[in-house]
Amino acid sequence: MKKLVLASAMMCAVASQAMADIKVGVLHSLSGTMAISETTLKDTMLMMIEQQNAKGGLLGEKLVPVVVDPASDWPLFAEKARELLTVHDVDVIFGNWTSVSRKSVLPVIEELNGLLFYPVQYEGEESSKNVFYTGAAPNQQAIPATDYYLEELGVEKFALLGTDYVYPRTTNKILEQYLKDKGIPESDIFVNYTPFGHSDWSKIVADVVALGADGKKVGVISTINGDANVGFYKELAAAGVSADDIPVVAFSVGEEELSGLDTTNLVGHLAAWNYFQSAETDANAEFIEAWKSKMGAERVTNDPMEAHYIGFNMWVQAVNDAGSTDVDKVRDAMYGQTFPNLTGGVAEMLPNHHLTKPVLIGEIQADGQFDIISQTTEVPGDAWTDFLPESKVLVSDWKGLSCGMYNTETKTCVQIKSIY
Amino acid sequence: MENTILIKHLLKHPSVMIFLGLLAGFTLLVVGLAEGAGIGLISTSFVKTLGKTLCLCMIAIAMDLVWGFCGILSLGHFAFFALGGYIIGMWLMFARTKLIVLEAAQNAVLPMTQSEVSQAVGTQIFGVVGGAEIPAIWTFADNFWIQIAFVVLVPGLLALIFGWLAFRARVNGVYLSILTQAMTLALALYLFQNDSGLRGNNGLSGLQNIPGFDAVSQADISIWFFIASAGALALIYVLAYGLISSKMGNIIRGIRDNEARVRFLGYNVESYKLFIFVLTAIIAAVAGALYYPQAGIINPAELAPIASIYLAVWVAIGGRGRLYGAVIGAAFVSLLSSYFTGGQAPDIPLGFGTLRWTEWWLVLLGLSFVGVTLYAPKGIGGLIDHLTRKRGV
Amino acid sequence: MLRNLLLLLLPVFLIFSAPNISASPLSSFEELLERNAKLIQKSSSKTVDPVLTEIQEFGGQMAAIFMQSWIEKKLYFVKDTGAFVLAEPAGKNEAGKKMMTVKGALDGKPLGKMLAKSLKQIKPNSGVRAKIASALVPIQIGSDDIETRKIGLIALSRDIMPSHLPPLKRAIEQEVDEDLKRAFQQTYIYGVISHSDDEAEVEAAIYSLKDSLSLDARAALNPLLTSQVRVSKTQPEGQNIARIIIPGRSVRLSDGTAGKQVLMSGADPELSLATAYQMLVEKGLAAAAPTEDSRKETLVAMAEDGQIGPFGLTTLNTDAARNKAYDWLVENNGAPPRVLKAEMEQAVSAHIFYAVYDHPSKTVTNAAREVLAGINSQVMVYKLLDLALDGLSLASIYFLAAIGLAITFGVMRVINMAHGEFIMMGAYTGYVIQLLVPSYTISILLALPAAFCVTFLAGVAMERLVIRHLYKRPLETLLATFGISIALQQIAKNIFGTQARPLTSPAWLDGAFVVNDVLAISNIRIAIFCLGLLFLGLMLYVMTRTRFGLETRAVTQNPAMAASMGINPDRINMLTFGFGSGIAGIAGVAIGLFSKVTSELGSDYIVQSFMTVVVGGVGNIWGTLAGAAMIGSLQKGIEWFNPSNTLAAQTYMIIFIILFIQFRPRGIIALKGRAVED
Repeated sequence: MKKLVLASAMMCAVASQAMADIKVGVLHSLSGTMAISETTLKDTMLMMIEQQNAKGGLLGEKLVPVVVDPASDWPLFAEKARELLTVHDVDVIFGNWTSVSRKSVLPVIEELNGLLFYPVQYEGEESSKNVFYTGAAPNQQAIPATDYYLEELGVEKFALLGTDYVYPRTTNKILEQYLKDKGIPESDIFVNYTPFGHSDWSKIVADVVALGADGKKVGVISTINGDANVGFYKELAAAGVSADDIPVVAFSVGEEELSGLDTTNLVGHLAAWNYFQSAETDANAEFIEAWKSKMGAERVTNDPMEAHYIGFNMWVQAVNDAGSTDVDKVRDAMYGQTFPNLTGGVAEMLPNHHLTKPVLIGEIQADGQFDIISQTTEVPGDAWTDFLPESKVLVSDWKGLSCGMYNTETKTCVQIKSIY
Repeated sequence: MENTILIKHLLKHPSVMIFLGLLAGFTLLVVGLAEGAGIGLISTSFVKTLGKTLCLCMIAIAMDLVWGFCGILSLGHFAFFALGGYIIGMWLMFARTKLIVLEAAQNAVLPMTQSEVSQAVGTQIFGVVGGAEIPAIWTFADNFWIQIAFVVLVPGLLALIFGWLAFRARVNGVYLSILTQAMTLALALYLFQNDSGLRGNNGLSGLQNIPGFDAVSQADISIWFFIASAGALALIYVLAYGLISSKMGNIIRGIRDNEARVRFLGYNVESYKLFIFVLTAIIAAVAGALYYPQAGIINPAELAPIASIYLAVWVAIGGRGRLYGAVIGAAFVSLLSSYFTGGQAPDIPLGFGTLRWTEWWLVLLGLSFVGVTLYAPKGIGGLIDHLTRKRGV
Repeated sequence: MLRNLLLLLLPVFLIFSAPNISASPLSSFEELLERNAKLIQKSSSKTVDPVLTEIQEFGGQMAAIFMQSWIEKKLYFVKDTGAFVLAEPAGKNEAGKKMMTVKGALDGKPLGKMLAKSLKQIKPNSGVRAKIASALVPIQIGSDDIETRKIGLIALSRDIMPSHLPPLKRAIEQEVDEDLKRAFQQTYIYGVISHSDDEAEVEAAIYSLKDSLSLDARAALNPLLTSQVRVSKTQPEGQNIARIIIPGRSVRLSDGTAGKQVLMSGADPELSLATAYQMLVEKGLAAAAPTEDSRKETLVAMAEDGQIGPFGLTTLNTDAARNKAYDWLVENNGAPPRVLKAEMEQAVSAHIFYAVYDHPSKTVTNAAREVLAGINSQVMVYKLLDLALDGLSLASIYFLAAIGLAITFGVMRVINMAHGEFIMMGAYTGYVIQLLVPSYTISILLALPAAFCVTFLAGVAMERLVIRHLYKRPLETLLATFGISIALQQIAKNIFGTQARPLTSPAWLDGAFVVNDVLAISNIRIAIFCLGLLFLGLMLYVMTRTRFGLETRAVTQNPAMAASMGINPDRINMLTFGFGSGIAGIAGVAIGLFSKVTSELGSDYIVQSFMTVVVGGVGNIWGTLAGAAMIGSLQKGIEWFNPSNTLAAQTYMIIFIILFIQFRPRGIIALKGRAVED
């Protein structure tokens, strides 16, 4: 670990001398609350850049990573992005985790015409000309998981629990509307938000259990983020809530998060992602092996890592096709790029800057891994959800319409720059 | 006429002249070297960092006035700073979004009605946090001048109410510190809620884009804000200096050194304290209103209690009871912090391992702070005093 | 648990198959599976029902065993042949490929080893598993083994089907275990309520649930009271009417009847005027009213050369102007007229809106309503009790976090901003000890004294090195200890990383103390409460009954006098500070157990802790207790009124504290006399 950082620091030093190299910016927090999740992604990027260089680099040049630390501080993200684009002159940036940080970086990236690959599942309602979203849009994670609840588990009453920030808010807004469209009355949807790092869960868990009083099957959809999950699952276990009575499907709990938890009491609860480490394909086995041999046998892989894996390889292909790292040329070459998923099947970059991805639902096992119980074919990512009236009329098509927010009713481009 | 008196007055105080001269020189230097106006040696992002640092110096002066001169250790002044930022941010966001909405509607067959415009603006601003309605506190967000007035009025009023309650009940010393900390925590928690109408945890973003100045590059805008911050700092420095060298300044210092004695002399201690508390709250709010358009985003984490404690740390390291001490402390520590935590500082290989600044900087900062409190209670300012006195200036 | 069942059934099955009786059941079952292979391999709860029915009808041990291995995810199929097998991992072959030992799924016949790749595991999702479990119920509750019958009961209580009633009735008659028999009977009652057509039987069953607080009872009763809203021109007759709805006025109560809108209750009228009118439109009883959007569309569609009659489209930027133009269209182009509010009200009041129970029998709905009303009023009482317990639990957590401060701040007047970090150190000590000692019980028992020692030493070191020099400058202690606080926090991050670390409680602290389905509290919270009580006793004893306590009080009141009486103030200050810090360490273990261990654990509690001490009254342990009790119960009380917003509760609580301090600046329990002056 220490060697790795040292090596990357040395690479940075080398980079400033040889100007001809292709520079790849890595914008992930290495300190602060998000460091736990984001450091892994920085290591993933360094691993893939190393692999690419071993294959002979790109366009005959060497790839050089430029790693900066925005320290989980949202304003600092914008500052560091500007630094990457103006001081270091990077050709592409891979980075961000929280939606807040992405919204903070957006104006800078759009102003300076940078290129950002964003690897995390997010709330949608956005399509920037300068961002490629390699994580899931709501229709690739939240909606299929809700369908699974409705159709497979017969859930009739929903508890939407989330941490109070933009991703859960927007996701739950979409889900509420979706459930109402599916005939679930508003009184059967219980919504609750808690602050980051919330620890006093007893009353909320009791409230959720009490929802069962009218004889309907209750299911929890959790967008609880980070540390707060520890207390939540502990209280759930203490209240004796089994996954067969009240299932919990989480959108922000993956292999990495579970490694900090004792999962024996959580067996059977669910998570929805586009990738699980337990997927059985040759490409995945290879990826896991490379990761473990680099980082240590106890390390796990997760969904955002796969997103970076696909994003990076697509970018490499696009640069090769374009014959240049120029942002506009690479962007044009990105559309229609395909690359095999680690879970089987092929991801394709759509003109709305989203990927086609399979949706996987996994049950938590005692060893902290997920047992994949459902896998769909690839679903195309939808930037603007079809389930909110104001977004229904919007489409994003940067290839044909050159617009990320095109109103199909008035046939006009609402705006070129993003909302932030 | 008045100007000449002021200048004469200032000439009597060489330290103010030195400060203003240094600040002017620094401003000219940065502008000359910057990307936007000069030869491009200083990047836009660094100009922004310097501009923000100047704003931090302003709030440090406020902190020095209230703590170093009046003896009230407020651990809540960042609340006012952030409030100023939020209020100006509301205008920035609303006005810019409205321009976008109107531009998009230009080609529509029917012109939009007033309610349709505000509905569209609401969807744009609050759509990302799951809402669409424009909350009541945004009523005047469209009007620049009213929002500017609010930058002064709202934090001032909050400080007035809080200070009146606290000083009237003779809450002082450590209790007051804890109470001010509770105030900023309450405000932060309130703003963290989505229902606060200020987009909860997400905060306000895109503040670096000034409505109506889309065509102007950020390189230029950063220079404007840098100059504005330098001007505001100069103004506030002179104002603060005028205050502390007046008779009132003596009374305030008296309150710091022995509150009871000043009260027995017949002064209304509470009014003086309240005045300083409100005045510094307003200075903090103005500093915040200049800071956040340069930062580009504001969210409730900015007013977590720890930010205000850091403020006290800056002032203490710089040297309490000296205005330039506060400025030096804020500039020195905040720039050093961003240098070391930014990962640019080279790691130092030790025999047994590597000292990584990103990991150990906070530890060193914390411990050096203990050292300053224990062994150099006058801070860097004290050191400067020591040196200048030696030379007999 | 389920594995036990399989083991139990297996010998029966082996005896059955040992004499190698005719192959016909085996082959016909195989044929059944082959026919349904697709539905079993990729099962969905939407399509699995017919397969399960068929298997159930086939019956016998073979079907039971098949379903059992299916539900336990032990079933595989061979990709080439589609044959169902049981498989277990068997290492790797020479080529490094994973291998599995394979047995026939029905006859258990060993089939040797196969490549793992050539097999595919069948993974029923929990919806399918619930259906299989339900299909297994009749077999399980008729089993000879009590554990198996209990498993059946669990599946039964989750979802009871009409087809379960006869076997359940038999099971009740045969049951020998009294507890299980009662549970069966209880479940039977729920089954009757949900599925029986016999009005009298259902009514009796409903009345037997009187005063039952169990969630299942309410879950059985509430569905009887669902209702549908209808509208008619005349007084409805011959229906089981739940309520008459007055649009815009009456609210729906939980038992299906109508109630008056109560101010501040937050309940909206069941039907607003607009929705009521919309209902009329849908029923064809009124003309559709153009919405704002449709008005806009009509205007745009009917405009000619940007003009609507005398009105130019570009001038239509207000509601009033648009209405005018639209009215012109109504007159001249036959657009549907606007409906004014008065017209809407008239149309709505000309009709009767009412709701009808889904259950046709008035006897049943009345009985259910009566019993539920009784239950609900009791539930309310218990909910309040539960809230009180929650508040008490929160108070004890605050008390634990603050009690160390009550000594260092309350008695010694030292502002220790690093107090939170001592809590964190205690929690991490617990974590490290759990890494070293595998047994959770022993490690927790070790962790408590260890945490005390670690933080005691840290406290003593801090007092010697820093605080000693600052007794005359209390505000600067605050700043110096803050420096220590950020240093300690960062050191913890450097050592343990930013990820939350688990501190797992021993098994005997798992679970909860359950009075009934409404009133319950987790054991870990009870333990924290007891720990808080213990500390209170300990503190009181140490401070008032021991020489150390006496000396501490003497030194804090007048160090010079104390010194002249032969007390060493330096030593006493050091020990007192260490004692307060040590207690913070123990609190850290307790807090880590119920939430999580991170480097920010301490800073989450520090402001609240100071407020607890200040509100309670400095220098008095009873004050700290009162402060914690007030803050804890207040926060829960506010949450009760605003359930979906924890942050708001915290905000209002802090504002309340700020105001409270205005009126009692010295806290709830104020010291009097000389000690008051700082």
